[in-house]
Amino acid sequence: MSQSLPKGAIFIKTLVLFIGALLLFAPFLFQDTRSLEVAARICIFVVLVASYDLLIGYTGIVSFAHTMFFGFGAYGAAIALRQMGPGWDAVVLGGLTGLAVSIIVATVIGLLSLRVKAIFFAMITLAAASVAMVLASQLSNLTGGEDGITYRAPEIFKTANKLMVNEDGKVARLFGVKLNGKLAAYYFVFGTCLVMFIFCLRMVASPLGTVLKAIRENEARAEAVGYRVVAYRTFVFCIAAGLASLAGTVYAIWLKYTGPDTALAFNIMIDILLMVVIGGMGTMYGAAIGAVLLVLAQYYLRDLMGAASEAMQGIPLLPELFDADRWLLWLGIIFILLVYFFPKGIAGTLWDKGARP
Amino acid sequence: MNQLSQTLSPTLERLGGVYLLPVIVALIAFVLIGAPSSWVTLTVAGLSMGMMIFLMASGLSLVFGLMDVLNFGHSAFVSFGAFVAASALAYMAGWIGSESIWLNLLAIFLAFSAAIAFGLVVGWFFEVVIIKPVYHDHLRQILITMGALIVSEQIILAVWGGAPVSVPRPAFLEGSWLIGDVTIEIYRAFAFALALAVYVALYLVLKHTRIGLLIRAGVENREMVEALGFRIDRLFVGVFMVGSALAALGGAMWAGYETLITPALGGEIMIVVFIVVIIGGLGSVEGTLLGAIMVGLMANYIGFLAPKLALASNMLLMMAILLWRPNGLKPAVK
Amino acid sequence: MSLLSLTRMKTSIGQYHVLHDVTLDVPEGGVFVLLGRNGAGKTTTLRSIMGLWRPSPGSVTFRGEDISGLHASEIARKGISFVPENMGIFGGLTVEENLVLATAKGRFDPARLKRIYALFPALEQFWTKQAWSLSGGQKQMLAVARAIIERRELILVDEPTKGLAPAIIDGMAKAFAEIGADTTILLVEQNFNFAKRLGDGLAVIDDGRIVHTGTMPEFAADTALQEQLLSLSA
Repeated sequence: MSQSLPKGAIFIKTLVLFIGALLLFAPFLFQDTRSLEVAARICIFVVLVASYDLLIGYTGIVSFAHTMFFGFGAYGAAIALRQMGPGWDAVVLGGLTGLAVSIIVATVIGLLSLRVKAIFFAMITLAAASVAMVLASQLSNLTGGEDGITYRAPEIFKTANKLMVNEDGKVARLFGVKLNGKLAAYYFVFGTCLVMFIFCLRMVASPLGTVLKAIRENEARAEAVGYRVVAYRTFVFCIAAGLASLAGTVYAIWLKYTGPDTALAFNIMIDILLMVVIGGMGTMYGAAIGAVLLVLAQYYLRDLMGAASEAMQGIPLLPELFDADRWLLWLGIIFILLVYFFPKGIAGTLWDKGARP
Repeated sequence: MNQLSQTLSPTLERLGGVYLLPVIVALIAFVLIGAPSSWVTLTVAGLSMGMMIFLMASGLSLVFGLMDVLNFGHSAFVSFGAFVAASALAYMAGWIGSESIWLNLLAIFLAFSAAIAFGLVVGWFFEVVIIKPVYHDHLRQILITMGALIVSEQIILAVWGGAPVSVPRPAFLEGSWLIGDVTIEIYRAFAFALALAVYVALYLVLKHTRIGLLIRAGVENREMVEALGFRIDRLFVGVFMVGSALAALGGAMWAGYETLITPALGGEIMIVVFIVVIIGGLGSVEGTLLGAIMVGLMANYIGFLAPKLALASNMLLMMAILLWRPNGLKPAVK
Repeated sequence: MSLLSLTRMKTSIGQYHVLHDVTLDVPEGGVFVLLGRNGAGKTTTLRSIMGLWRPSPGSVTFRGEDISGLHASEIARKGISFVPENMGIFGGLTVEENLVLATAKGRFDPARLKRIYALFPALEQFWTKQAWSLSGGQKQMLAVARAIIERRELILVDEPTKGLAPAIIDGMAKAFAEIGADTTILLVEQNFNFAKRLGDGLAVIDDGRIVHTGTMPEFAADTALQEQLLSLSA
């Protein structure tokens, strides 16, 4: 880190490194299944949000189809694992198919709608995402419909798989943690997500990132200088779609289940939007912060709301408003307030703090 | 091929240009369906559905044309309209079931008025509180109106619950007419007539009043209208409220058409409405009508011919039209 | 007292400072020409007067009243009309609708309408046609007609000759001379041959600053000054 960075930027980078360290040692720090679920979900969402930030923060276009690409990757792996049985060949074939579908669909959408008006893009991605959702529920012999598909992951990730054994032939422990397939699966998720996140970071630091910023700041000017705006935007849309698709594949392997709720639901899109806004659009590091905050809130705040609703029994309407199912209501309100008053998000706001002019 | 289209297009233009599309679609469907009586039933259903969708979409299109504001929360007005009307109709159950056609009419009039009033109020709130602070910032506009949509849907869930709500129809709108071997549902004919009346009123206001002139000019060039001495932003609040009220009325009519509504209604409608305004061309009322009729007809024909394709058909229609005319069929002159 | 005074007007668009220091007095009556090269800040000056871009700081005084900071519609109602560079015609509206929109009460004053018909006969001929179907010259006529359909004190005209055929430019010059007889026109031009036939007073703007003010006959005679300020050979 160079000396010229403002204090806020150093703080943000340190915070993200700290999050990375926590995720790296998560299996040892929090030794229960639910915590590991939370950690894996955070890893996946960091990638989803970072790739989404490429679009919204660095290119200035709003897509509502990010979950769709996530779903393509997840369903690709899921269907392949289901049909071909657990194995790496299925993972690779399914993942690559999902990736190919994602990139083709992204190219078509991008060329069709970015050509005209960026505002069409938001509407068309929304329409495409809803079609994908309907398709997933209609092609039930392939996708399992509303129920989704369960399958087995490759051998090495099975919980029963022993990575190392001790003298008694039982699974070895390190600091009390069983060295089994579950641990291997977690590190598979962590490693792939780390690689993808670093890829995003490198991408925005590259000359391409500079071009994208120029386009975002002043589209007409960039066009006049000779950048082919549509081509750049479509290209970034494809990259983001590809990353989302790969994240979907990884998540499908971790969960050993893929269904509309885990891979396609519009709620996931809302989560991504919230994370990117909370973390800070156009900061990339904000992706990690937003994902951690929101996933933690999802897992632990909901319980709190349920309790609050219980406590308010008897008062009209309030219990309904505080019902754990109404969690989106409050998120939506927070979201609106954030976009109004805090549009740069946590990372964007803190980044310039302590900067010397 | 090029030469052919060059000699053909002036002829087509004289006959009505893009307005011929629904006719062509209907003719193709006639051949494919084969049975004239089913074709008439489907066409009536398509037209009445199209007219209701037009009501829902027209406000969105005008609002975008006038102020460059794209309201992703527009479908919330549709949902609110549907649920408010459903509750109002249920409340007036006695009048609805009554033998007297006058009480029936009064009930449906009151229910639709309630939806319209609600649309006006919520529309005012949306415009003044939610959208005004982000007029010139598309990115934040999309995000904030999307947030408002989520909150609206949750409020509907909290108030009306997640279970489907059944919508009672007034007695005189139940059943169908049988003309030869053609059946026409009375409610569909009613919805078509009512929506057509609203369209005609809207058309007359836009074409023959000073406010309408200002709106049409403002859609084309807002700045110039201001330089001529008029405040578009004040006019805009009114247009926004009327657009919301039309969406609510469309929702109310839709509720009676479906007879069973769920909170998911808003989300489904939103996609259709977006497709309609993209097909028609943002900012133009005629374009929106054209898009809505196309979508209504296609939905019914495809739903009959190849039910599995129904939703994808809208998407394919939109892609085809965007390839052909990137700004929609009948965009406002800019 | 001058009709319109600009005092140390600065305007920024985004992060670019387009006008640095525009100080200008437009006297009442006749045609006042603002000359300048492409990108010198001519259009920005007009738009800033009209309130379409906010000048800050500096003031715009019209008939002794500070109008900077007013909304464009309020400035219009003070008696200033605007013919923008792209003419600002409403293509989907008919010629009649374009004009009726510009009237304060939605009705024509028969005398003024008669004058417009006399100035631009083509508009009467195409009265019910949609404006997009007009030719470039006819659109320009409509834009000018719209600016004078109501009694106005000052008309801001931005490069009315751009892209027009010489014969039409000729007609435009006559029309402006006639209008200038009872209204003040602030005309922005690049086409010096056109401007010199019309102007009484004149100012030259370059790089967001007024670099010369004087009268048209003097300036037209001084070719060296023209060379220096406009890089014009004519």
